[in-house]
Amino acid sequence: MGNSQSLDLVLWVISVWLFIGLLGILALHRFTFVARILFPLGGVAGLVLALAAFHSLINGGASNRILPIGLPQLHFHLSLDALSSFFLIVLGVAVFGISIFSAGYFRKSTGTAPGLLCLEFHFFLASMALVLISSDAYMFMVAWESMALSSYFLVTANHRLPKIRAAGFLYLLIAHIGAIALLLCFGVLQANTGNYTFANMRMQSLSPFWASVAFLLAVFGFGAKAGILPLHIWLPEAHPAAPSPVSALMSGVMLKMAIYGMLRVGFDLLRIHIWWWGVLLLVLGLATALFGVVFAAVQSDMKRLLAYSSIENIGLLFAAMGLALLFSSYGMNTIAALALTACLFHVAAHAIFKSLLFLTTGSVLHATGQRNLGRLGGLIRFMPWVAWLALIGVLASSGLPPFSGFISEWLLLQSFLFTSALPQPFLNMLIPVATASIALTAALAGYVMVKFFGVVFLGQPREEKLNQAHDANLFEKIGMAWLAIITISLGLAPNFIIRLIDPVTRVLVNQGLAAQSKSSGWWLLTPTSVERASYGPLYFLLGIAGAITLAFILVRIRYHARLRRSAAWGGGHPWANSRMQDTAEGYGQPIREVFETFFSMKKHLPKPEDTEPRYQVIVEDKFWNGLYMPVVRATEFISSIVGRLQRGRISIYLLYSFITLIFLLILVTGIRK
Amino acid sequence: MTLSQFLSQLFATAVSLLLAPLMLGWVVQLRAWLQNRRGPGIFQPYRTLHKLFNKDSVMAGTASPLFRFAPYLIFGCMLLASAIVPTLSTDLPLAKAADAIALVGLFALARIFISLAAMDVGTAFGTLGARREMFVGFLAEPALLMVLFTSSLIAHSTSLKTIVITQTHKSFTIHPSLIFAAFAFILIFLAENARIPVDNPSTHLELTMIHEALILEYSGRHLALLEWASALKLLAYSSIGIVLFLPWGISTKGSILSLLYALPIFILKLLIFGIVIALIETFSAKMRIFRVPEFLTIAFLLAVIGMLTYILLGVKAS
Repeated sequence: MGNSQSLDLVLWVISVWLFIGLLGILALHRFTFVARILFPLGGVAGLVLALAAFHSLINGGASNRILPIGLPQLHFHLSLDALSSFFLIVLGVAVFGISIFSAGYFRKSTGTAPGLLCLEFHFFLASMALVLISSDAYMFMVAWESMALSSYFLVTANHRLPKIRAAGFLYLLIAHIGAIALLLCFGVLQANTGNYTFANMRMQSLSPFWASVAFLLAVFGFGAKAGILPLHIWLPEAHPAAPSPVSALMSGVMLKMAIYGMLRVGFDLLRIHIWWWGVLLLVLGLATALFGVVFAAVQSDMKRLLAYSSIENIGLLFAAMGLALLFSSYGMNTIAALALTACLFHVAAHAIFKSLLFLTTGSVLHATGQRNLGRLGGLIRFMPWVAWLALIGVLASSGLPPFSGFISEWLLLQSFLFTSALPQPFLNMLIPVATASIALTAALAGYVMVKFFGVVFLGQPREEKLNQAHDANLFEKIGMAWLAIITISLGLAPNFIIRLIDPVTRVLVNQGLAAQSKSSGWWLLTPTSVERASYGPLYFLLGIAGAITLAFILVRIRYHARLRRSAAWGGGHPWANSRMQDTAEGYGQPIREVFETFFSMKKHLPKPEDTEPRYQVIVEDKFWNGLYMPVVRATEFISSIVGRLQRGRISIYLLYSFITLIFLLILVTGIRK
Repeated sequence: MTLSQFLSQLFATAVSLLLAPLMLGWVVQLRAWLQNRRGPGIFQPYRTLHKLFNKDSVMAGTASPLFRFAPYLIFGCMLLASAIVPTLSTDLPLAKAADAIALVGLFALARIFISLAAMDVGTAFGTLGARREMFVGFLAEPALLMVLFTSSLIAHSTSLKTIVITQTHKSFTIHPSLIFAAFAFILIFLAENARIPVDNPSTHLELTMIHEALILEYSGRHLALLEWASALKLLAYSSIGIVLFLPWGISTKGSILSLLYALPIFILKLLIFGIVIALIETFSAKMRIFRVPEFLTIAFLLAVIGMLTYILLGVKAS
């Protein structure tokens, strides 16, 4: 099977998705058919997509195709190269888990009809795949926009709630502001040739000024989609509003489309790299990461918490990308490949574990009807499946060995340690600070995840009715287990993924890590040499497992296994109840105190003379009041001025026409002279 | 992995495992002497462990399997940590599996599990301990990473083995960056091992306790494993300190004979390290919990300054 067959197969999968969507419309209210047959079918199609892309990736090379649809002069150009293939694999693998989960997740509700939901869901999938294989600006924008629109409808699935409509509108607004920037970016990239294919853009040699303009527009446009500071504002609103599988798709996969776009424009279409682009991405990324994780620590809604955690991860991805760009601008391609590998590995790792975590919140939501951390707790006893699968996601998300999140963190830190060879002294000084903030972010991510898992699944149930919580159903379990297995395998066999990433980095920076990884075998991760740095997750796991087994056996042989169950000790306090546990707010309190300047906080503390003492803290995003509200107010002010012209009387409008006419006449005569 | 490598790995791990409670006993005994008390003797931790292993475990009825499993995992993490850090010889096969970053990750894994286990039963003390532990951790962990990175930059490697070899083989030079790193490391050491200015291992005062609050619900063999794990952690941290700042005398060959030669030197260094800790603990007062972030921020900044110093001086030289 050659590469062009792979592209054929990808196109087939896209058509199958569109077809499934249309079938959904035909079976608008036949819930069982849509949920139990159409959704799993879409999932299997996703798996086929991943296999096709995998095949194309290991075969190497790119295959191009022109579809005879689109504009008269510009037909749809398709291309399947290493970069698109890698992202298609991530898409397919994640979609399989999410679709199977969705089969068990969607219920009959008052919101969108199941068939319509199926249409939107599969159009969303198809448009993401199209974004990845499109190879001209027109088709890219069409796919990009249909991705934004279909996900908007998915976010507002529960559209009877005004809050959800507002969240959806905010998402749509920012997506479109970003899309305008992208349109302009492609306009600059084609350099007045009028030819909008990516192949043409690659051949243009832009002046540094115009290249920078294009780059900045791309950062703005893709940053809006990815949730880079200060355009992150829609993420924490849209994610809680959307149904959980949709949040998983958006957070796990759709945000990666922006990363893909950034890589495509920054490394592939723009042939020159200027060092400050890298610094810009690095600083933006680090700021976003730190901001995201600090905000995640103070959330009390579990999906908002995960949304902020996604902002953090996007920040890390941008930082890795910035580092790669920086190295590549100085021609240090080997290290650029290392940073880029860290970025792409994290794309895969985050796509899977964040999808998994969002899916577990879906199961919790169904079992308890609660998103608020303050009303959950102790669910590991009632939903053991969900809890243990969530634990895997939590450990990966905290960047702990031997899970997948640690590998990308490790690679990223390794590439930072190489940086001291940069020719610019002040850039070298930036590096310790950057490394420190990466380390701080990673440690805080652990804090956030302990809060998430501990408050939701551990402890005593904070509400009476949680005792009736039921575990996930079979479809949900399969979907989550798939993602959990992938997360574990990514963590244990990183060299496999690194060999997949190798052709991608070869396309982008002409270097790859595969040769080195081959020389050290499958199980040992060595970016340059064993003396320099090595990490073997499997040995690591075997080491821990061996130590655990040893301890277990020795204790059993030498001593006894007597165990008594009794009431919790709790320091001997007799009247302990579930209300005395830390709340989500309590757990976030230290972070609130340390990072006070990050937040705009409204505190209401009880006074001694209060008969009904209430304690309340409202934490808000500073960007909301500091940046967005002024813009909103300015818009309202301008529209109120313009609004004064609208008097609603025909004579006034006639007067306007008359004045305009006079003005134009004066103008015309003025020009004549 | 040759047989001699395997044996030296096994020997070094067994030494750490058996020596760990002794180090704890030594620090406790020294503190007692410095405070003009007689003290329990340096072998007391062994007696405590023996007693705890013989007792029944009493567990809250609501505890989940995670709670039962966590002590074994934490013990395993700490054992692996002390196996990774080259104490007697640099010729350790396991050292290849994990470098300095993975070592920090290993400590983080143990921290997260002990916090989760503390939250599992759902008592007020457990959650309080978990919150404080993670709070100390989120500043101490990056600081430790930065300290290790300062040494990594000098050795051009994150592998602990290479760091040690570079330090021992190169001619004796004082790196200013290492001095900053050493000060930062001492602060981190105190915070991470629940020593006095940050936490007091010998009280159960609810206003201040961190580590004791975490393990309040454990008893019997689980408590014994956790106590042993914290002794191992103390030893592992001391070994990191020795490896980074005083590596001389370590065996780079890996024969059993050279290990036996390295062992007394290592024990001597541990004894001296114990004296330093006991002195610090005796001469400082327990901080209020609100002051801990300042303490740890100082450690963090010192470590960053250490790394900056290296880069500044490196730039000047080239």
